[in-house]
Amino acid sequence: MHMADALISPAVGGVMWAATAGIMVHCSRTLRDGFDSLQVPLMGVLAAFVFAAQMINFTIPATGSSGHLGGGLILAVLLGPHAAFLAIASVLTVQALFFADGGLLALGCNIFNLGVFPCFIAYPFIYRKIVGDSPTRGRIVAGSIVAAVAGLQLGAFGVVMETVASGISELPFSTFVLLMQPIHLAIGIVEGLVTAAVVGFVASARPEVLALAEGGKAPSGLSLTKVLAGLAVAAVLTGGMLSWFASAYPDGLEWSMAGVSGKEELEAPEHGIHESLASLQERTAFLPDYGFKAPEHEAEAAGQAEAEPAWPAVEAGTSVSGLVGGGLTLLLAGMLGMLLKRRAKSA
Amino acid sequence: MSHHIVEVRDLQYAYPDGTRALSGISFRIHHGESVALVGANGAGKSTLLQHLNGCLAPAAGEVRIGDCPLSPGTLAEVRRTVGMVFQDPDDQLFMPTVEDDVAFGPLNLGLPPLEVAKRVCAALDTVGCAHLATRPPYRLSGGEKRAVAIATVLAMSPSILVLDEPSSNLDPRARRQFINLLRSFTHTKIIATHDLDMVLDLCERTIVLHSGTVLADGPTLDIFTDDALLEQGRLERPLSMQGALDRAHVHEHRHGDGTAHKHLHAHGQDGAPIHDHGPHDHEHPDHEHGPHGHEH
Amino acid sequence: MGSIENSLHQIGVLDRLAAQDTALHRLDPRAKLLATLGFIVAVVSFGRYEISGLLPLTLYPMALVAAGNLPANWLLRKLAIASPFAIMVGLFNPLLDTAPLVHIGGLGISGGWISFTSILLRFALTVSAALALIGTTGFNTVCMALGRLGAPRVFVVQLLFLYRYLFVLAEEGLRMVRARNLRSFSGRGRGITVYGSMLGQLLLRTMDRAQRIHQAMLCRGFDGQIRVAQPLKPGLADAAFALGWLGFFALARSINLAQLLGRIATGALG
Repeated sequence: MHMADALISPAVGGVMWAATAGIMVHCSRTLRDGFDSLQVPLMGVLAAFVFAAQMINFTIPATGSSGHLGGGLILAVLLGPHAAFLAIASVLTVQALFFADGGLLALGCNIFNLGVFPCFIAYPFIYRKIVGDSPTRGRIVAGSIVAAVAGLQLGAFGVVMETVASGISELPFSTFVLLMQPIHLAIGIVEGLVTAAVVGFVASARPEVLALAEGGKAPSGLSLTKVLAGLAVAAVLTGGMLSWFASAYPDGLEWSMAGVSGKEELEAPEHGIHESLASLQERTAFLPDYGFKAPEHEAEAAGQAEAEPAWPAVEAGTSVSGLVGGGLTLLLAGMLGMLLKRRAKSA
Repeated sequence: MSHHIVEVRDLQYAYPDGTRALSGISFRIHHGESVALVGANGAGKSTLLQHLNGCLAPAAGEVRIGDCPLSPGTLAEVRRTVGMVFQDPDDQLFMPTVEDDVAFGPLNLGLPPLEVAKRVCAALDTVGCAHLATRPPYRLSGGEKRAVAIATVLAMSPSILVLDEPSSNLDPRARRQFINLLRSFTHTKIIATHDLDMVLDLCERTIVLHSGTVLADGPTLDIFTDDALLEQGRLERPLSMQGALDRAHVHEHRHGDGTAHKHLHAHGQDGAPIHDHGPHDHEHPDHEHGPHGHEH
Repeated sequence: MGSIENSLHQIGVLDRLAAQDTALHRLDPRAKLLATLGFIVAVVSFGRYEISGLLPLTLYPMALVAAGNLPANWLLRKLAIASPFAIMVGLFNPLLDTAPLVHIGGLGISGGWISFTSILLRFALTVSAALALIGTTGFNTVCMALGRLGAPRVFVVQLLFLYRYLFVLAEEGLRMVRARNLRSFSGRGRGITVYGSMLGQLLLRTMDRAQRIHQAMLCRGFDGQIRVAQPLKPGLADAAFALGWLGFFALARSINLAQLLGRIATGALG
């Protein structure tokens, strides 16, 4: 699912655009330096392929519904991470402009969610590790499914975070997560199967195509540390700036805090992450300087008409909690990285 | 003008999977000639064409354009001189608008913007597509795409035009316009095609390829009346030479000044002569015919 | 995304609208791009309960639609088609935020409904602005503008190639789907294996096409650098357009113009 402009705040939009733009510039520079002139038409035409492929459906047995290709993973397999990122970015741009799939401000979020996670995390650290140098049928299927699921779960989680952090929607974090993650688990499995089907077909019909893509496209310069560092910077920026700009009214994160601490059985697919997040929420809820709740309740009780929110709410307390939240997110990213590394080692 | 000569000597080429595509092709084409390259599918026509401007490199043998042997160093110069028009114009029109596509070549040659603009105008005018300059290529008709594809090549001022199946997928009108357009060019033309009737209209010389070798190389009309040869090359007579124009044959007319030309001559069912065909239109004085008034 | 024909048709419609010739179409694309981006940021920066403050901003998309000769009901239809996600997520607001915020007469309207309305308004505004941008400028020109404004060249070229070839590839895909439909019965033949080989074939053909295009580019002297011919020269009108609208957005953001107007009107009457 895509973020929409209707649900985004300028802070979230701005930060995500900054992150995305930075990555796009990095990818453009990387491609320019190692330049193979075939890439110019190849990237464009493959993006058009993904665009067209997304419009072709197939029926999912036993459900009667239809599915289609997302494309991030297969582009990464065919083009390597940097080119694939730009290709996916271009597809999303066209979709945003012509089909109003997500908005122009939210485009930064969408490119990040649907580009960074498949191309820079799922592909190099999951798919490549599983498939390695021997693209047998079994490995392709396994690699595709795990990579696709991981990529989409992260992407869906990104949407949740961005929506909740924007504070326009009242949808509480817990509900949203419960909605998004399972759906995208299913979508991820489908995407993985489709990717495996296509890659498998190409591998048997014309293996040199895959060799062409993978030759020299090893994720060099894409060390786990660099990726995490980038994510960490984004997280800290987001945490700090968002709390600076957060609206005076309780955002969705606070709504879910009450809910989360009361609930017991939140079955999230990635257990470890969910626990850290739950603790994050609890901690920020109880920080004494997180000063939104009190004034807000008073305003509501007074029943004022159209109280214009004090925007931006610049309070030392909120940015402190924001930074704390950012630090916790960093910790989270570190845990994620370690999880992936462990999984990669054992593969 | 030696730089207009296209010469191929004992060209050999094999596909990556090992199948032989070209086994010893040799020919020599002079300035201003219009040569057709015909043959069955898989005979090697496209492969041969791709050797003429360096898209493919031969396994053995040599290609010379003008006096330059084709080599990585001379590639840039050769590509200026040899303009290639591809089979699928969509592969050739890849820029956002028609004028961007036509300007692509000159810009890559490093020409200044003013010169580029002049060339774009001239090329589009030549093919009659000046009104399409700002159109995006996906909104062109088949015939328009072909014409613009030619313009993209013309803008580089080549001396040799190589065309691969140029008349396929054109409606009759577009095809006729296209043939007339090509006829107006004085460039050396090498045309790979299945459209044998177009060959009759355009090319006075034909090379027949079969299984990677040259089966025949000579005047078009000679080849198209040699039924045994056509059979061997998995071809047949041009449609306009079949059916009612059965037993069409070649006439050689000797002129008073010592020159001669050949043309096609035939009778309809009623014995009346049917119009002649020849690669160059020119006037004939009406001559007398009796039912057997001429040599066979 | 709907059927292939439908999607192709939609892109085609926008493309044709963009090819019109009005004063608005002739403006420098950078001005229009910057104005639209400023508009979206302005809309999105309002607080979640804001409705009346947003209303004056409807002036921008309406002006574009009018001056750009864009059909209004086409725009409304596109808004309707694209709205489900925003509506679905937005509907949670009235469900969760039930404390009344506004009283009209004796009726209390909950904050949730107000923020829901705000969401719908934002959606309408931002989507129409984006569509109007393409409808009055054209995708290729917008890409050129992005390049001039500093977007990386590799990405701009990527966008241009994608747009150029998505028609070609979508039609190929369409032919495959039609062929499949003609030979599949009662749901059989549409499963994932068939899909996989369809996409696989399309992919191989696409790779071949990329090679051919590359050859064509090399034959015309391509060395890796895409060069552009016409420079865009901004004029006074373009600057006036951009600065004027951006100024208006800033004004509308800082003063609630609707309320102001309302007060003036009621003050004048009362």
